[in-house]
Amino acid sequence: MNPNRKIGDVILKAENISMSFGGVKALTNISLEVREHEVLSIIGPNGAGKSSMLNVINGVYHPQEGKVTYKGRTRDKMEPHLAAKQGIARTFQNIALFKGMSVLDNIMTGRNLKMHTNFLQQAWYWGRTQREEIKNRKVVEEIIDFLEIQHVRKTPVGRLPYGLQKRVELGRALAAEPTLLLLDEPMAGMNVEEKQDMCRFILDVNDEFGTTIVLIEHDMGVVMDISDRVVVLDYGKKIGDGIPEEVRQNPAVIAAYLGTSH
Amino acid sequence: MIYRESGQFKTSYQNDSVIFPIKQDRMFIFALLALAALVVPMFASEYMLSGILIPFLVLSLAALGLNILTGYAGLLSLGSAAFMAVGAFATYNFLVRVPGMPLLLALVLGGLCAAAVGILFGLPSLRIKGFYLAAATLAAQFFVEWVLTKFSWFTNHSASGVISSPPLEVFGIALDTPVSKYLFTLAVVVVLALAAKNLVRSSTGRAWMAVRDMDVAAEVIGIPILKTKLLAFAISSFYFGIAGALYAFILLGTVDAQAFDLHRSFQILFMIIIGGVGSILGSFLGAAFIVLLPIVLNLLGQLLHGIVSTQFLSNLEMMIFGGLIIFFLIVEPLGLAKMWQITKEKLRLWPFPH
Repeated sequence: MNPNRKIGDVILKAENISMSFGGVKALTNISLEVREHEVLSIIGPNGAGKSSMLNVINGVYHPQEGKVTYKGRTRDKMEPHLAAKQGIARTFQNIALFKGMSVLDNIMTGRNLKMHTNFLQQAWYWGRTQREEIKNRKVVEEIIDFLEIQHVRKTPVGRLPYGLQKRVELGRALAAEPTLLLLDEPMAGMNVEEKQDMCRFILDVNDEFGTTIVLIEHDMGVVMDISDRVVVLDYGKKIGDGIPEEVRQNPAVIAAYLGTSH
Repeated sequence: MIYRESGQFKTSYQNDSVIFPIKQDRMFIFALLALAALVVPMFASEYMLSGILIPFLVLSLAALGLNILTGYAGLLSLGSAAFMAVGAFATYNFLVRVPGMPLLLALVLGGLCAAAVGILFGLPSLRIKGFYLAAATLAAQFFVEWVLTKFSWFTNHSASGVISSPPLEVFGIALDTPVSKYLFTLAVVVVLALAAKNLVRSSTGRAWMAVRDMDVAAEVIGIPILKTKLLAFAISSFYFGIAGALYAFILLGTVDAQAFDLHRSFQILFMIIIGGVGSILGSFLGAAFIVLLPIVLNLLGQLLHGIVSTQFLSNLEMMIFGGLIIFFLIVEPLGLAKMWQITKEKLRLWPFPH
């Protein structure tokens, strides 16, 4: 095992997060910790508040109560662009790719924060902009190699099958070289083979780059296999938190989500 | 296709990211430019230059501006002509009021004024999208027209509200013949088209497209939404401003604020819809369609001269023009540029499509 992979200190801490949409309480007093280099899964029935939790972490939603501490800075609310600058990247439950652009351009867009030429230099293009484009293109090509999507790099993403689109979205998130990667149902709607590929990519990212991963997933086989820790939500409340074995035995979790075999 | 990319290998990322990846395309575009710059001025008639080519180039530039805003950044606007008017009147005032002002500098300053006004009217775009934004940009259309007619300062206190082009010269060469005007317009359009292409293939262009396609994802990546949208408004308005100044001084010579009315905005919008939204080539194809087709129809109509009445003829031309627009939009809603791209892809496999 790579030394990068050693689980370290708490990198992100959410404390007493409460949030409601009108009368619907999406999250009630939730606290959770994410440790450096770990794979943390958030599970729970539909409407449990899993996606809301991710949205709070990277600032798409602003909770009414509670605070988020990331890399030692405590904030009442995160902002998406701040989160991006500080190394949080994510994918979405419903694919949120830029449909009109090619695979290459989508992943290049993921590196926008790494590009510093201004629009006048870009209008001229030759010189600094071109060097910057080529430098970033090299990184993007490595990601394309890693995700095994070389053959479609110039295809508009709208034309790709679902499984590949999910892969491109992972690529776009990886392009930002994140320290914390949030994956919202990366394997939803995939067949077994595609799921295995996706698991391999997630574990490789975690293992090779030491990227901390928080993922939401419904496939319990996958969750129990690849997670270091599992957090269980139900109706906006946290009902379980621990290593997969503990969670599997937790009666509250079994009642709410896992169910018993009959 | 009589040519394809076989045998042309890209061995570096630099080679892979050139504007025209196929060698024959590059040769074609250079030949076309040489033809436009060297051969056309020698043989074209005055009518050909002033009546067809200059209007085509000027309106292509305006279509290019709108394509940056609507095609790439996804912001629908009906204020194009207003920004053209700002560019035209600002350039005029710089030329008239500042002694010794060079034309090129006045054009750029006029474009910058248009860009500033564009940013102002682009501010609502953070909150409203689509048709609602188009309605908001209508405000620019009416407001600018009103200001330019109401305050005579802008027209240098001309009694009729009309501004006339002062003598124009560039680097000591007077722009007083159709040929010199044509060459000047061509140079401006080529430079700005190249700049637009460069912008849309670097990170600014990708940010625009990202905001257009999925703004939440763009924000999560770290793209500043407001800044990106306002930059699109500024740059597209800059293009409008230059196009407006060229329209006023190179094409017409004498112009009033009514030349930049809502009808002009719609004309530019139709150009990019027919030519291709989100395509540099589409701006030119669309402008060619809107400018050239009526002329072609008119020439064809003259064959029927004497057989039917002139009134019927002009109505017939309008009907055919409208019919063709509908036809092209049904056949390919993404415009002529897309149609050209599909043709190329099909011809690539021709004559063995399987």
